[in-house]
Amino acid sequence: MTQQAGPGIPAGPARPLSERRPLGDRTFQVIALAAGLMVLVILVLIAFSTTQQALPWFKAEGWGIFGKTWNPATQQFGALSFIYGTAVTSAIALIMAVPVSVGIALLLTEVVPYRRARPIVYVIDLLAVVPSVVWGLWGILVFVPWIAKIYAHIASGVAGIPVLDDLFGSPTSGASFFTAGIILAFMITPIVTSLSREVIATVPAIDKEGAYALGATRLEMIQGAVWPHSKGGIVGAVLLGLGRAMGETIAAALVIGSSATITSHLFAPGDSMPAVIANQFPEASGTFRAALIGLGVLLFVFTIIINVIARTIVGRAAEQGSA
Amino acid sequence: MQRLRTHSAVVAGAALTAMALSLAACSSSSSTGGGSGSSLSGTLNGSGSSFQLIYQQTAIQSFRSIQPGMTVNYGGGGSGKGRTDLASNVVQFAGSDSPIPSAEMANFKGKTVLYFPVVIGPITISYNLSGVSSLKLDAPVIADIFQAKITKWNSPAITALNPGVKLPSSPIVIARRSDSSGTTANFSQFLVDAAPNWKLGTSSTISWPANSQGGSGNGGVAQIIKSTPGAIGYVDYADAKGAGLVYASIKNKAGNYIAPSIQSATTAADNVTVKPDLTFSAVWASGAGSYPITYQSWDLVYQKQSSTNTAKMLKAYIGYLVGDGQKLLPGLNYAPLPASIDQKAKAQLDKIGS
Repeated sequence: MTQQAGPGIPAGPARPLSERRPLGDRTFQVIALAAGLMVLVILVLIAFSTTQQALPWFKAEGWGIFGKTWNPATQQFGALSFIYGTAVTSAIALIMAVPVSVGIALLLTEVVPYRRARPIVYVIDLLAVVPSVVWGLWGILVFVPWIAKIYAHIASGVAGIPVLDDLFGSPTSGASFFTAGIILAFMITPIVTSLSREVIATVPAIDKEGAYALGATRLEMIQGAVWPHSKGGIVGAVLLGLGRAMGETIAAALVIGSSATITSHLFAPGDSMPAVIANQFPEASGTFRAALIGLGVLLFVFTIIINVIARTIVGRAAEQGSA
Repeated sequence: MQRLRTHSAVVAGAALTAMALSLAACSSSSSTGGGSGSSLSGTLNGSGSSFQLIYQQTAIQSFRSIQPGMTVNYGGGGSGKGRTDLASNVVQFAGSDSPIPSAEMANFKGKTVLYFPVVIGPITISYNLSGVSSLKLDAPVIADIFQAKITKWNSPAITALNPGVKLPSSPIVIARRSDSSGTTANFSQFLVDAAPNWKLGTSSTISWPANSQGGSGNGGVAQIIKSTPGAIGYVDYADAKGAGLVYASIKNKAGNYIAPSIQSATTAADNVTVKPDLTFSAVWASGAGSYPITYQSWDLVYQKQSSTNTAKMLKAYIGYLVGDGQKLLPGLNYAPLPASIDQKAKAQLDKIGS
């Protein structure tokens, strides 16, 4: 595949490729390039205009933008509690979603024959097309009242036990960091699963057969042949899932409890960066409004960093895979 | 033959004239909602206050029969959004539950904004206590409840206001808004004005105690109160009624305990001092029968419009909102404007020009 230039073409001083192309081809090239550039331009414009609108916040608070207190009534706009909430809910989502997703991906590629696997793939892909507002409404109307009772049971069970009490004690209502984490886990499972499945599917059959030939069981084959080959790709899939969890807005806004607090209690209401923007923007003005837009800028930066890391890891894994 | 023809022409002419006259009569009689007296056509867009939303939707429906050629749209989205939209000329009028805050004045530099008060409404303090059908509260106690200083229903501060009422020892659950809201801003303004012990200030978003429960919209808070025994929260009158909640009587400035109602809200608005630009605050109004947590909403319009037609349309529609439309309000559980304010609003219509 790498030797595209056939031996029949003389290796003379070739004219530049573009001159040899017909007009239609060149037009297509220009249109395609313009489309690509447009995405970039839009991204830059969004970054520019949001940063500009958020400037009053950056100017008013300085490094105070990472402060602990968010209180519009006293004009204090520190974002730390929302950054904390975003980190905690995303971490909960990953801890729950990743083992399940990778498990499903292995099931679909290595255990179940392709024909039987297809319906399962459809169902998981269906999870991905449920709109996030539906997740949120289901969360607040059905899931939260139900899980509030379970939280109460767990809390009474861990009362007095040092670390567990700090994590799972004193629940107020069902809407909390943990509930938001669970809903986010549901939401990122499809993307992590399908990306992992694609990565695992690229493991060469010869490696797997080699492992079996050496007398490996299925588990040993997965450990020895599949895992080393797809490790990087799965990490990338997880990071892309993390990006989605961090940016999820309306579902989180509905079930997280909306309280700007930093606490170790996972069953307590909190708030995350996208959720607070969605909830507080309508009636915001002045520095308050600038601060909310600024949260968007911070979130934008964070997700870009996560995505770049993810792409790099996936890219490197792909290189290793083809090498 | 010749004579006959002339005669028929005269008859036809007379008929035409009569038709034209009756048409003119029709159109002038149908514009009693205010405005210029002719039928208008075009589109008006507004956005902002969600407190006004139900009134706007109903008024737009009824206004259609008066000016069939006009299309009026009103999107909610919150007062802040409405003001931003007006400043960037996306809409021709904005609904806002508060006057333009000083931080936003720069957006309206060089332009005169007219305030038209359109609706008034009480904010209820609703609660869920089985067996307690009437409850009296005053501002300092409400402040301590919402600051989580009073945490039990049978706390001495509450029982002292309610002799003879058997209050349970169950914990108080605070229900509040999870989204920013004009309801929160006016409720907290009431506490700032009336309760010296209130420490959380006033804003569209308050830094509530951590164990409080947030609901989205007035409906969300009403839902929490309805489903949580021991809950208390602030909900606007229409939603509290809609959800069938029980609400407390609140001690007003004159020292009387007043239950929220359309009548007591209009009384409160009748007792406020209205500034020349028609801004006022109906919260903590004086007067023996005033409900103390009453709030209001305005429609904001530029005095100078870009075209004569837009100015005419605004006069017609806003004129309807402060005119005949007011009759729709009690049915929607809003309070109509008191005559004192309504007349000033109508008089101000003529300032809209191009």
